[in-house]
Amino acid sequence: MDVLREELDLTGTKYGCGEGSCRACTVLVDGRPVASCQLAIAKVQGKEVTTIEGLAAGDKLHAVQEAFVAENAMQCGYCTPGMVLTAVALLRTNPKPTRAQIVEWMNGNLCRCNNYSNILRAIERAAELTQEAPAK
Amino acid sequence: MSAERNPIELERYELEEKPRYRFSLSRRAFVQTVGAGLLITSFGKFGRAQERAGKGRAVAGRFLFDKDGIVMALTGKVELGQGARTQLSQAVAEELRVPLSQVRLIMGDTDSVPNDGGTYGSQTTPRTVPTVRQAAASARELVVELACEQWGVKPDSTAMRDGVIEHSDGRKMTLAELVAKVGDVGAALAGKTSERIELTPADAWRVLGKLEGKVAAIELVTGKHRFPSDIKRPDMLYGKVLRPPSFDAELVDLDSKAAESLEGVTVVRDGSFVGCTAPTTFQARKALEALVATARWNTKPHPSSSELFRVLKETANSGSGRDRPRGSEQGDVGAAMAAADKVVLASYEVPYIQHAPMEPRAAVAEWVDGKLTVWTGTQTPFNVRGELAEAFSISEENVRVIMPDAGGGFGGKHRGDAAVEAARLAKAVKRPVAVHWTREEEFTWAYFRPAGLLEVAAAIDNAGKVTAWDFTNYNSGGSALDCPYTFPNKRVKSQPCDSPLRQGSYRALAATANNFAREAFIDRLAAETSADPLAFRLAYLEDGQLKEVLNAVAKQFKWTERRQDKATDTGYGIACGTEKGSFIATCVEIHVNAPTKEIQVRRVCAAFECGAVQNPANLKSQIEGCLIMGLGAALFETIQFQDGRITTNNFKQYRVPRFKDVPEIDVVILNRPDLPSAGAGETPIIAIAPAIANALHHATGTPLQALPLTVS
Ligand code: FES
Ligand code: FES
Repeated sequence: MDVLREELDLTGTKYGCGEGSCRACTVLVDGRPVASCQLAIAKVQGKEVTTIEGLAAGDKLHAVQEAFVAENAMQCGYCTPGMVLTAVALLRTNPKPTRAQIVEWMNGNLCRCNNYSNILRAIERAAELTQEAPAK
Repeated sequence: MSAERNPIELERYELEEKPRYRFSLSRRAFVQTVGAGLLITSFGKFGRAQERAGKGRAVAGRFLFDKDGIVMALTGKVELGQGARTQLSQAVAEELRVPLSQVRLIMGDTDSVPNDGGTYGSQTTPRTVPTVRQAAASARELVVELACEQWGVKPDSTAMRDGVIEHSDGRKMTLAELVAKVGDVGAALAGKTSERIELTPADAWRVLGKLEGKVAAIELVTGKHRFPSDIKRPDMLYGKVLRPPSFDAELVDLDSKAAESLEGVTVVRDGSFVGCTAPTTFQARKALEALVATARWNTKPHPSSSELFRVLKETANSGSGRDRPRGSEQGDVGAAMAAADKVVLASYEVPYIQHAPMEPRAAVAEWVDGKLTVWTGTQTPFNVRGELAEAFSISEENVRVIMPDAGGGFGGKHRGDAAVEAARLAKAVKRPVAVHWTREEEFTWAYFRPAGLLEVAAAIDNAGKVTAWDFTNYNSGGSALDCPYTFPNKRVKSQPCDSPLRQGSYRALAATANNFAREAFIDRLAAETSADPLAFRLAYLEDGQLKEVLNAVAKQFKWTERRQDKATDTGYGIACGTEKGSFIATCVEIHVNAPTKEIQVRRVCAAFECGAVQNPANLKSQIEGCLIMGLGAALFETIQFQDGRITTNNFKQYRVPRFKDVPEIDVVILNRPDLPSAGAGETPIIAIAPAIANALHHATGTPLQALPLTVS
């Protein structure tokens, strides 16, 4: 995480606890969500790491990002990068999750503004968006 | 009405906190500079933004207009997720009659914005929004005048609509065109005066009152927004501060050689302050570990959380300043108690809890030619400016505090701790320094929602009527202390004590504790008099908004039906409350897992009234946020401490609500366009804990009196 934030200046990856309890620092490693605060740099050699900055294609937001905006799924937005990336990984493995499956998958991500209801709705909306226009 | 809507309970604690460090300046130099500094302060506070107003910032330093016709509005309020940026942008757009997309807000930069007071106490809506609307309405009139001067016509039949100035003869001018003609519109406006202008009535709102999304949403979902902890400056170093191993421990000895031998590390010592800087956080952490290894401390005895409520009661004192005991008596409580058929007593315990905003405290400080600039996450940039000026014995003129939109506050970011630390380190190493608190530091060295012991007594006469109410809050404060029920004799008191932990504001302050005890006790009284909890409340309330929200929530929740057909291990509870001019009533359904004793809140229904609604989408998020945050405080959150250490210093020990804890939530907003708008980010938190306690009482038959609630 320090490498991302300090050396590469990718500050979209957030510190929230440093011990794997909040998932604000989530990045995708080969598409899987990982808490970057628990990740040694050696472990990701030769792997593809996606941070929040790399999710949108230029100005075109990813469906999950679009849905978060549409559903107002943030208050302070500090947990948002981690939420978005975790949700992206969910929809890649399970494009049509039930509400219970979303809750189960997302339970590691904390939002202290407690905007959980909107985030759930946003993920459901993103699933619908992705159905309509399958991701490349 | 509006006077009644603004009964601001001044935050009791944060202004009284002592500074954490005494940097070792000579006493004399200190007094001299601060003496001079104070003079400059009073000038600086009101002067700087206005001074600039005279030199081009329009309408009391509120607006700037750029060449594309974008309106930049300046405010001292700050954004921590509560939605002030969007709401104030709406207010500007509404009264200036420009599209929302044409408004930008510059917030919380003490060098450029007017001091609108700290961002707390739900004051943005009742205070700042009207001020900003008035300024925007005046600016609109003045802009129209300016355009008419350009056209050489009288302003009578000219108006501003959607960012365009339109004359009845068909002539039009955009703001961008006006800027092209006039040049500095702000400067042109500054020379003009304007009458007080009628604000747009709520039923004619076009931008306010609408479902507007967050104005900075794109920056947030793409990770582009720079929070205080993301700020970087050229040549910046990362700093760490050596913390005592327990509260009040004093440093006796330290060998900093090992730390200093690490590459790029500097150790800074000044009085009780010890810190280090390094080129990376990783290296700074290693240096800190080296310091911790050699530091020897003199520790002091400190009470533990198991003795907390005894300590509070024993140290009840006469307090000082605003911390003095407060209270009132109506009628003769003593006589009514003596004449009662029955006296019911209970005491309630509320532990310390923490705000735990997702973003811990963070600051970057930079000194250039004796002038200090600090970027930090705070609810009170102007107070932090004062704190920094005092800590370094410089005038406020030489301190600039900038507050980038931050990751949550909830009343917890009133002080400039990280700012002072970063500034001290930066001063020593002569380079910009960032200080980012860890979660553990946040859980230990920030401040807490005050713990409270609440003793309540009531008298019931032989007709089953409540004749007296006696309520004392030890330590946690006086917000929402008054009892809204129409008992003939009432006494309430808020009693300061010596708090073992550093305490301060929290969302809704002591209203959470007072309302918990009051509303839980009301259920006791309902049970004592064999009344339904809803009917009991309604019987003792005068007609008005509190009754209205109670009726609204009961209807929506189907209170009467549900409460009657109760399944085993299930309970239904209700509670209500009022604070800062808004009104909340909450119903919950809970389920207790019989073998594990785990409590699940299945359903929450809340009715809320805060006058005219300005942004329904954000209001709903704020209400839901309050309900779930309050659910955490009701069921899990408690700060435990022993031997001067916080033992619940991470998210594993200190459990907060997660997705799985979120119940089905149903929010009813009673919009009252006929009433002034009250703030809404706090009050909805005050009724959920007692509603859950009452539902547990209903489920188990045993009344609960301590937070967090547990069943045995
Ligand atoms: S910062 Fe990595 S999980 Fe919290
Ligand atoms: S939006 Fe603030 S922490 Fe989630």
